[in-house]
Amino acid sequence: MTYSGNIWLFGDDVDTDVIISGKYLRDDDNSVWAEHVFEVLDPDFSKKINKGDIILAGSNFGCGSSREQAAIAIKGAGIAAVVAKSFGRIFFRNAINIGLPVFTGRDIELESLETGDEAMVDAVNGRLHIKGRDYQLEKIPPFMADIISAGGLLNYYMQNESRKKG
Amino acid sequence: MGKTTAQKIFDAHRIDTLEGGTSVLRLDAVFCHEITTPIAINDLAARGKDRVFDPDRIKAVIDHVTPAKDSKTAEQGRIMREWARRHKIKDFFDIGRNGVCHALFPEKGFVRPGYTVIMGDSHTCTHGAFCAFAAGIGTTDLEVGILKGICTFKEPKTIKVTVKGKLPGGVYAKDVILTIIRQLTVNGATDKVIEFTGPAVDAMSMESRMTLCNMAIEAGGTTGICYPDMTTVEYLWPFIKDGFKDKKAALEAYSQWKADPDAVYEKTIELDASGMEPVVTFGYKPDQVKTVKEMEGTMVDQVYLGSCTNGRIEDLRIAASVVKGHKIADAVRAVVSPATPLIFDMALKEGLIQIFMDAGFCVTNPTCGACLGMSNGVLANGEVCASTTNRNFNGRMGKGGMVHLMSPASAAATAIKGTITNSSLYKGRK
Repeated sequence: MTYSGNIWLFGDDVDTDVIISGKYLRDDDNSVWAEHVFEVLDPDFSKKINKGDIILAGSNFGCGSSREQAAIAIKGAGIAAVVAKSFGRIFFRNAINIGLPVFTGRDIELESLETGDEAMVDAVNGRLHIKGRDYQLEKIPPFMADIISAGGLLNYYMQNESRKKG
Repeated sequence: MGKTTAQKIFDAHRIDTLEGGTSVLRLDAVFCHEITTPIAINDLAARGKDRVFDPDRIKAVIDHVTPAKDSKTAEQGRIMREWARRHKIKDFFDIGRNGVCHALFPEKGFVRPGYTVIMGDSHTCTHGAFCAFAAGIGTTDLEVGILKGICTFKEPKTIKVTVKGKLPGGVYAKDVILTIIRQLTVNGATDKVIEFTGPAVDAMSMESRMTLCNMAIEAGGTTGICYPDMTTVEYLWPFIKDGFKDKKAALEAYSQWKADPDAVYEKTIELDASGMEPVVTFGYKPDQVKTVKEMEGTMVDQVYLGSCTNGRIEDLRIAASVVKGHKIADAVRAVVSPATPLIFDMALKEGLIQIFMDAGFCVTNPTCGACLGMSNGVLANGEVCASTTNRNFNGRMGKGGMVHLMSPASAAATAIKGTITNSSLYKGRK
């Protein structure tokens, strides 16, 4: 599985409240969260995202709240994958659980990159190709990769359950 | 080789190990509130799995926006209410009995040393004050927890934080944890457990220990942990007295969860409480911490006293002792939200509510509300809030707002002066 797209570059410690503001946690509609993703940074952020774009961030991406809505908002806005130097624990789990591909690349040199650069993530071999450079990504264990491709933990679980019954 | 508290709890709850070493843990309690649970409830129903693993191990509350402020929050409450009735969840706390989850659930005796607890709320780490492994998780993991009573975790490494010495007057658990986060940074404990120990922690009440553990997540920590001692037993005694012949026996049983002296830690750090000062955050990250002295004179528009960090009776007593006989500054509005009905009741009987009202505070019902910018004190663009809550993220209490996190004593003093200042309780360097 590979993901190719233009990157959105973020620094360290992007928190959940920046990803999706608390006031939208009253909603139960995925499209609302997608529409207001990163609104604190730019009211039109979601409109500027093209389907297939990739987020490339520093350390501790998604720190803070347990709101799964943050991962859902990013996925719903059309982001194909998030690559970061590290993640907040709960966000990382949530992303896998809802089928948003997330990759950890501790050595990525963000300084040489800018928003709009083209990137390619090779999920199988755990590589990030960008601006002529090739970075190692931590490999996702097979069961996590299966969860992502099933579209999330519960879909994965339901599929396995129906397979067993079948 | 000795074990950390988390290792002991994992060993006692592990029912399976997945590839890569992930543990499947049996859960002693699943806590629920109306922001993250209704999505789980609806999704489970849509999948034909509208069941709960054990209604007695599920505790639920409406706390984030209560009473409902609009149709959407009313709907979230309705979903919780109907679900709790449908599944005979007897420990469901609706309007009139509801309070901020991490203050309410400990008060009801729902957490015991050695427990595993999850909740769709990152500040679940608060309950580690009782020597439990208590972790925030997202809605999907919550669904699995509700349905099966299990959750998977990588066995976390532990950072041991020893706080030596004795806290000076006017310096509190909030100052201690902000000082620790400044040192660890917001990413310093990610995927790790923090054990808080040392004489200064031993001397703390359960309320203070909850303040300490509440903000473990602000350093990225999975949970905070305090070891059980007689303070823990005394707090829990009304709920456990039938299970033990005396308090000493309870302490002996609970002490099994204390980390072994030869446990292996990822890192150990030591701080000296006696040199600590009241501190406050200055940016959008909880590790951006300065002394109150350094931030003195910063204008504030609002003061907020409450939340799962500092909305407990001890906090209100401290704040009221600072406020007593004073009026809040003309340019400031102040809001106090006792975290639970019991705390509200105690504050009423002790005369604290009168003190706050006389000073010009608005007293609200127990709710999370303003802390995450949902209700009861949201900031306008450009406004500044001195707050006893736990997060100062960009836009947290309202878009364009700035939140300065501090102790109840500092917040109360700031309300009176109108600018960030030390309380009269602090006799140290001013």
